[in-house]
Amino acid sequence: MNAIPAPILMMEHVTVDFDGFKALTDVSLSLTPGDLRILIGPNGAGKSTLCDTIIGRVRPTAGRIMFKDQDITSLAEQEIVRRGICRKFQTPGVLPTLSVMENLLVSARKNRAWWRSFTTRTPAAETARAEEILHQIGLEDRRDVVAADLAHGEKQWLEIGMVVATDADLLLLDEPTAGMGPQDTQRTAALILKLLGRHAVLVIDHDMSFVETLNGYVTVLHQGQILKEGSVAEIRADAQVRAVYLGRSDDDEPADA
Amino acid sequence: MKMRVNQMIGGVVVLLGAAAPWIINPYELSLLGRFLALSILAMGIMLTWGEAGILSLGQGVFFGLGGYALAMHLKLAGLNLANGDMPDFMVWSGVSALPALWYPFANPVVSLACVVIVPGGFAAAFSWLVFRRRVGGVYFALITQALALAFSTLLISQQAYTGGFNGLTDFSTLFGFDITTEGAARVIYWVTFGFVLVTYFALRWLLMSRYGVMLRATRDGENRVRFLGHDPVPYKVVAFGIAGALAGIGGALFTLHSGVVSPALVGVVPSIEMVVWVAVGGRNILWGAIAGTLLVNFAKDQISSALPSLWLYGLGALFILAVSFLPAGIAGLFKDGGGSARVMRRLLSRKALSTAE
Repeated sequence: MNAIPAPILMMEHVTVDFDGFKALTDVSLSLTPGDLRILIGPNGAGKSTLCDTIIGRVRPTAGRIMFKDQDITSLAEQEIVRRGICRKFQTPGVLPTLSVMENLLVSARKNRAWWRSFTTRTPAAETARAEEILHQIGLEDRRDVVAADLAHGEKQWLEIGMVVATDADLLLLDEPTAGMGPQDTQRTAALILKLLGRHAVLVIDHDMSFVETLNGYVTVLHQGQILKEGSVAEIRADAQVRAVYLGRSDDDEPADA
Repeated sequence: MKMRVNQMIGGVVVLLGAAAPWIINPYELSLLGRFLALSILAMGIMLTWGEAGILSLGQGVFFGLGGYALAMHLKLAGLNLANGDMPDFMVWSGVSALPALWYPFANPVVSLACVVIVPGGFAAAFSWLVFRRRVGGVYFALITQALALAFSTLLISQQAYTGGFNGLTDFSTLFGFDITTEGAARVIYWVTFGFVLVTYFALRWLLMSRYGVMLRATRDGENRVRFLGHDPVPYKVVAFGIAGALAGIGGALFTLHSGVVSPALVGVVPSIEMVVWVAVGGRNILWGAIAGTLLVNFAKDQISSALPSLWLYGLGALFILAVSFLPAGIAGLFKDGGGSARVMRRLLSRKALSTAE
């Protein structure tokens, strides 16, 4: 993980304080371009808050966030996306009354100026990219289906597709396998692994078998602080991690105070 | 095939509409003209409420702004302003000179421009201020309702400048033409009909454009859109501004037909009625907004002339029925085409309920 290429994202001593409750305390994290990072931790550890902070939904009380060597800590949400960070939410955030293709085309829009939307023509490059992603997420035969009518797993894939369609350099995937069966989970893992190289991906998940399939570098968050970083094997072997997280429950969602 | 049938039905409706002055009597024509003017406003509600998910309970304000902008000119037309002439009600209220606000409206072109620009511009500016602060949903509806209340109260209280409770009436000429004749009524009807057609096709194009898709995307998930890198605010502001301008045009045309504009047409209750028209007709289909407006208003005309006290109950019942059994409105029944048997089946089954949300 050492500085061979310059990091694409650096969180520097980020603290998030919700009226006295410290959701994140002095978190520093750096991600490599095109690389995978897995973020795990018990419920309430601050994983989603960490994502929220990167995309500007939550503002840090202290510290700063650098993306491609620029400070993005206080930029507007849509501006952060335009710089190249896009996030998939925990509950599928597809646009329910739009068709699968329309969902992808809204995401793939290159020129996001509103006054450029008064046209019925879609640039060929955007259509081609949307088609390509449609294929990648395996929803070709669902092209014109309204997103609300998709199965749960398909919605998750569609949203991953939408995030990919923005051509962001960093994708934040918040529990992409939530509510999925083992088969769909494996398919999702394969999909994510194919995205690497072109995109850096930060995955949040509870499911250890999924994490093992992805087999990337893992950061463990506990009570708003980074507890441990290392390979999946190292994390599995770590006594402290087992104590706070893995060993506490055979379920993936231990209750946390 | 289905496309062609729809086009044929559309063509027949347009022909009937254009030929209406020869088919129905002048009284009915005057009603139809008024209701068509209202349907222009209703198409604006379809755009904001149906497609953008912004419920406004204050469209009466924009309707009133358009109506008054034209009525002010109609009051001044034919007066000799250089001579110190003033509209009758100002003289009765003891106003000594024509208020400065009124002067520009002596010019018919300025006045007609104001019919569109004032309500459209006000709606856009107002909604920008609200949406920028990320206020929406019920709160936005409440703010617009308060706006309607404030606007009608203002009109009533400023008797000397606005004609107060009675509003502005007693018009005679526009562009030098006598507007009180039967021939003029026919021309005004065609102008209205033309506006309905132009509005219909312009909005249809707009909803098919990328803007239309973005608008629906914003309605479906404002945050998702924001986190895909789009700023949702301008899409909503444009929709609300267009709806405001359409309400203004509707208000001006309605004023021409009815010969009066008054606070009774712009307050809270009329603003809610406007939403009911669209709820009944179908808020996601353009022709539904027109059909709903015509249907509810003709029903209102019939019921309120027979049993005046019954109408408000009827309106309330209609709204409840539409919301609970036809959430997609009358137009929703025909959405996927199909004959009357299918329509009946849908009415009876609960499908209409489940497909709406």
